[in-house]
Amino acid sequence: MSKSRKTAAIALAIGIVAPVLGLAQQQRAPSQMTPAAKSEHVAPAGAQINLGRPALPQEIAAWDIDVRPDGLGLPPGKGNVKQGEEIFLERCAACHGEFGEGAGRWPVLAGGAGSLKSDNPEKTLGSFWPYLSTSWDYIYRSMPFGNGQSLTPDETYAVVAYLLNLNDIVKEDFELSKENFASVKLPNEGAFYDDDRETAEKAFWKKNPCMENCKPEPAKVTGRARVIDVTPDSKTGPRVE
Amino acid sequence: MMDRAETPLNRRRFLGAAGLAGAGLAAGALPARAAEPEAVITEVQDWSRYLGEGVQAHPYGSPSKYEKDVVRRDVEWLTASRESSVNFTPLHALDGNVTPSGLAFERHHGGIADIDPAKHRLMIHGLVDRPLVFTMDDLKRFPGRVHKLYFLECAANSGMEWRGAQLNGCQFTHGMIHNVWYTGIPLRTLLEQAGVKTNAKWLLAEGGDASMMTRSIPLQKALDDCIVAWGMNGEALRPEQGYPVRLVVPGWEGNMWIKWLRRLEVGDEPWQAREETSKYTDLMADGRSRRFTFIMDAKSVVTNPSPQAPLLHKGPNVLSGIAWSGRGRIERVDVSLDGGRNWRTARLEGPVLSRSMTRFYVDFDWDGRELLVQSRAMDETGYVQPTKNELREVRGLNSIYHNNGVQTWLVHANGETENVEIS
Ligand code: HEC
Repeated sequence: MSKSRKTAAIALAIGIVAPVLGLAQQQRAPSQMTPAAKSEHVAPAGAQINLGRPALPQEIAAWDIDVRPDGLGLPPGKGNVKQGEEIFLERCAACHGEFGEGAGRWPVLAGGAGSLKSDNPEKTLGSFWPYLSTSWDYIYRSMPFGNGQSLTPDETYAVVAYLLNLNDIVKEDFELSKENFASVKLPNEGAFYDDDRETAEKAFWKKNPCMENCKPEPAKVTGRARVIDVTPDSKTGPRVE
Repeated sequence: MMDRAETPLNRRRFLGAAGLAGAGLAAGALPARAAEPEAVITEVQDWSRYLGEGVQAHPYGSPSKYEKDVVRRDVEWLTASRESSVNFTPLHALDGNVTPSGLAFERHHGGIADIDPAKHRLMIHGLVDRPLVFTMDDLKRFPGRVHKLYFLECAANSGMEWRGAQLNGCQFTHGMIHNVWYTGIPLRTLLEQAGVKTNAKWLLAEGGDASMMTRSIPLQKALDDCIVAWGMNGEALRPEQGYPVRLVVPGWEGNMWIKWLRRLEVGDEPWQAREETSKYTDLMADGRSRRFTFIMDAKSVVTNPSPQAPLLHKGPNVLSGIAWSGRGRIERVDVSLDGGRNWRTARLEGPVLSRSMTRFYVDFDWDGRELLVQSRAMDETGYVQPTKNELREVRGLNSIYHNNGVQTWLVHANGETENVEIS
């Protein structure tokens, strides 16, 4: 990577590439074929190449809808649990169940508290998610599934308030707003830590792995996929889509 | 015309497609003697007499009809909807280092976006001096275009196998990987155009599909080797791989390689998007979770033999497989036929590139004995692919993601091959 970039930089510096670029530019936009434009191409990385145009504030506002844990990005607005319940029943429950329990195989949105160490951990925004902002951001951008960005900010505040209530994090009379958003903490926030594989799994860096007689006894089969029998039947062939 | 289904080649394909369905074995280590002259030789075949199709019969060509079973497959019970689902690369039927574009596995969260490239825009904003908007034409005019071969592995590849052998076929156990050539420009070039502010530390990448996928990427990685790519294996990206433009994040988990890339926001903290909190965090046995486990550790799998590609002959056979590491080049691959008691070093063939899939072979004579086939990859950092049990000891059974444990295939005396766990 760095090597090829270096090569490119050298090529540019000694002027091999510049004429080729100049030619391409000539074909597309002859009027820009000024010596000044040409010299921009031989400038070192970091210099302006004059491609692209300034993003207008309205354009940035239209696309920049992400929300961070500290609340950065939240639009003004509010909504309470009761309003959220109504919206949820109408626009979410068909997939996620009336109480967020999940219909069929659609995602479960509530419950699972205390299950993370069990054989069947249930990871919901109540039991698992570290930050409330994730649910606001995700729901506002992509839910309901197949009709994303159809909720207003107020509706999103309300639905998130309802989900908090379903997860026993707030009471029924709770109203969520831009103002009180950052004060709501989720119970599992402290349980996340940064990737530590290079220390926790240091033992996997071994210079000379065993090559001969590495096990005292012949290996025994302890489990078989066949027993579970969940492999798709490839004899029937794939579904034609 | 002779029934082509009788030739050994076609039987192999049939068995390959039918998985374990009664794989019979061609006997003996010695070449079989034909009792009768073979009609395919003594009789003039149709294809040798009559003219075939002319040029332009297929303006965009497809594989031979005899290869119709070499396709991506999905596991229907896995997900509630095909728009947020995954299918798998048929690794058992492929060779070499490059995944054909049409066989590269798919994973979408809101279906395949249908984007007219003329209407596609890529925006850079946030902690930059100059927020910018680029068209596809703009991107393709930048100097410093690059062309790189990288693997993309979904962090959930082999995720179904944490609690034990589940799926019979490397397509299903390991098929959330592909290795293709990307054409594009370094992400760094665009960031330099916009002028990144000194307090910037993270980058948010966003897709323009119905899931509006977002991931936070450390700025250092973005400046180091990420690519904004519009090309794949020498042509335009396939729609299901993010047409017209996607992010390439070499060596890191596939979900970060945002497809249909439309926005890059520079910031000073990670955004904690759904795909880096609810998903793609690794739940440990103690109930705590690792986050930002971006790098894909060294991993390998034997693709032949495997459950969908059983052994059909005693005598000479070619064992083949793939290895890769998100930390750099594959240094070595060892193969065991006795479940990890004894190992031999495989031959690496084709270019061995950093964070690219590497092909390995072991040519061996099979005497019809039961085999427990394994492969173990080592990368240039000295990391050795752990066994599944070694991984479980550190991580427990609940982590879903980043299962890079050694895979075991049991080859029966009749050649049938199945996915097993061993002591
Ligand atoms: C048509 C079915 C459907 C409807 C209706 C729907 N969702 Fe979803 N929801 C999904 C699917 C599918 C996913 C997972 C998408 C993926 O895999 O990326 C999901 C994911 C979610 C998640 C993240 C779950 C997790 O654990 O990561 C939340 C939160 C959510 N939906 C909230 C809502 C809300 C609120 C509404 C109503 C405004 C809604 N959904 C309507 C199908 C639906």
